[in-house]
Amino acid sequence: MKTKPAQSAQPKAQIKSRTASRKAASSHYILKLYVAGQSPRSVNAIANIKIICEEHLQGQYELEVIDLYQQPQLAQGEQIIAVPTLIRKLPPPLHRIIGDLSDTERVLVGLDIQRRA
Amino acid sequence: MTNPKRAPKSKPSSGAGSTAKSRPQLPKSPTGIQGLDEITGGGLPKGRPTLVCGSAGCGKTLLAMEFLVRGATEYNEPGVFMAFEETAQDLTQNVASLGFDLKDLVARKKLVLDYVYIERSEIEASGEYDLEGLFIRLGAAIDSIGAKRVVLDTIETLFSGLPNPAILRAELRRLFHWLKDKGVTAIITGESGEKALTRQGLEEYVSDCVIVLGHRVTEQVSSRRLRVVKYRGSYHGTNEYPFLIDADGISVLPVTSLALQHIVSSDRVPTGIPRLDAMLGGKGCYRGSTVLVSGTAGTGKSSFAAHFAEAACRRGERVLYFSFEESPSQILRNMHSIGIDLQSWISKGLLQIYASSPSSAGLEEHLAMKHKLIDAFKPQVVILDPMNSFVIADNQIAVKAMLMRLVDFLKARQITGLFTSLTQSEGSPEQTNVAMSSLIDTWLMLSTIEIGGERNRTLCILKSRGMAHSNQIREFLFTDRGVELRDVYVGPEGVLTGSARLTKEAENEAAQLIRNQEIELRRVELERKRTTLEAQIAMLHAEFAVQEVASMKIIGQETAEKAQLAQGRVDMGLSRNADAKPDKSNPKKLKPVKPKSGNSKSSAK
Repeated sequence: MKTKPAQSAQPKAQIKSRTASRKAASSHYILKLYVAGQSPRSVNAIANIKIICEEHLQGQYELEVIDLYQQPQLAQGEQIIAVPTLIRKLPPPLHRIIGDLSDTERVLVGLDIQRRA
Repeated sequence: MTNPKRAPKSKPSSGAGSTAKSRPQLPKSPTGIQGLDEITGGGLPKGRPTLVCGSAGCGKTLLAMEFLVRGATEYNEPGVFMAFEETAQDLTQNVASLGFDLKDLVARKKLVLDYVYIERSEIEASGEYDLEGLFIRLGAAIDSIGAKRVVLDTIETLFSGLPNPAILRAELRRLFHWLKDKGVTAIITGESGEKALTRQGLEEYVSDCVIVLGHRVTEQVSSRRLRVVKYRGSYHGTNEYPFLIDADGISVLPVTSLALQHIVSSDRVPTGIPRLDAMLGGKGCYRGSTVLVSGTAGTGKSSFAAHFAEAACRRGERVLYFSFEESPSQILRNMHSIGIDLQSWISKGLLQIYASSPSSAGLEEHLAMKHKLIDAFKPQVVILDPMNSFVIADNQIAVKAMLMRLVDFLKARQITGLFTSLTQSEGSPEQTNVAMSSLIDTWLMLSTIEIGGERNRTLCILKSRGMAHSNQIREFLFTDRGVELRDVYVGPEGVLTGSARLTKEAENEAAQLIRNQEIELRRVELERKRTTLEAQIAMLHAEFAVQEVASMKIIGQETAEKAQLAQGRVDMGLSRNADAKPDKSNPKKLKPVKPKSGNSKSSAK
């Protein structure tokens, strides 16, 4: 579960990152999405983040989806309370976005991809 | 017939009855917090969440932490502390002063500390979320050590850290159900709100047991209070109970349990003043009774207390002396001046003097402090000097309540209590203390009598339950050997004291002397009379002897004369030839002659 989306996302990121390196060489995104099993919100969040990443961060991101049911100890380590939680590890500063990521606008604001309106 | 009738009747009130033991009771999880288990009848509801709410700094976190630590150390129930406000490190440091070693507990897998970090500025919300992360996190922590107890402190922080309160509410409701399903005994803390018990109305969700903590400031003194607002399925104390946070953690005082079912002792305790013991039925007061020594300023109340303390120490008993006006060294010095050496008993560990200012804490806190000290030292005698220094403004009723609880506490432990009380000089000394009277078993009233330009100290026993006691007012003096009671002199104006007594004593002595002299004088007089009388008798005797001799001489002469006369008559008859007849009658006739002669003799005289 954890590795599947990551694997599918990573080759793309590697390929696209070369082509888009001039556009955002400094801002390589490392994103982690924490979900809880196959709950509707989790499934939605995974789908939503994939779309957003492909649309706005093509080639310059790494996305890892982590199921807390599989690795419950990570909840404490990563200070997860709400699920789903998307954490932008890089570039700094750390950002958290909670929810099923259905509001694309807010996700982009949260990831600092788009300025607040 | 009556039994089946009674049973259903008493059932609804079963919660409050002492017969609850026999009935199935809600399983409870003892907190290990002194007093709280007594109020709640055994602890918090087992396997259910309890809400502890109160304003800032009222001890919510500490109560919750003590619940976990006691659980881990005393009841073998590991616990999870989920902190939303303080980091694990802060918590560890904060409770270290109470002797809780959290690091050690964590290392021994008795405790999990989890600090939940929520920073609103780092969080953006997009769409709906749930708190499954918290559930997973808590579940993992519980499973890692097999926890039976959980604390969430303060979960309301979530409302400020996460958007969409509606979701949070739903999730919290789910959380409390989940905790119940898990079977853990949980404490959820909450900050008190303006209208509801908590800001976010947590009491709606956590409805099994609600405990409210608070402060109360009266007369500029703050005291902590605890109240069990609600406890489903169990009886509980409903009052506001004072509690303390000190070096040993929290202690709550469920002290309004005036059961009045103390076991009493008929053992007697001497007061340390022999003649006072004599007034108290010859043996002193009862063990476990309460003695009040009241009096106006300077009547020697503390000295009586010191005597009492010393006497107890001498018997090898432990004495706890609470002083609210003098420092220990001051007491030692002052008592030394009347020959009572308390220092040596302190050195031997039999006497402890605990001095504190009445305003240093609230009444309840004072009471709690006394309880703690008494429980720690386990004395047989407790002295409060003076008890009424607590009375400030109009809190007399509160003071009485406190003392009542203290008396109750002492009696339950068979501790003899001696309280001193300062009474105002104006008005009746019994009046000012009337509120206390009912609590007191033996009441000694000290007073000063002002006669003849001096004040003298007197003592009387106002009451002494259960013994024949003297009704006299006695004067007492301070000597090098302590308090000494004097003999009683009652004059026309009442009891004589001081100089008046001394004068009376002198007068008595003088009167005695005079009386002795008078007796002596009478004896001498009598002797003199006897001598005079005897002399007179002797003189009369002598006179009589002289007269007798003279009389005898005359008698002799006259007898001789008479005999001569008779002889002459016989001779005359013979010469005239008288016959025999006259002879015969002659002797008869002779007889009357004799008196004639007597007559003649007396005439001759």
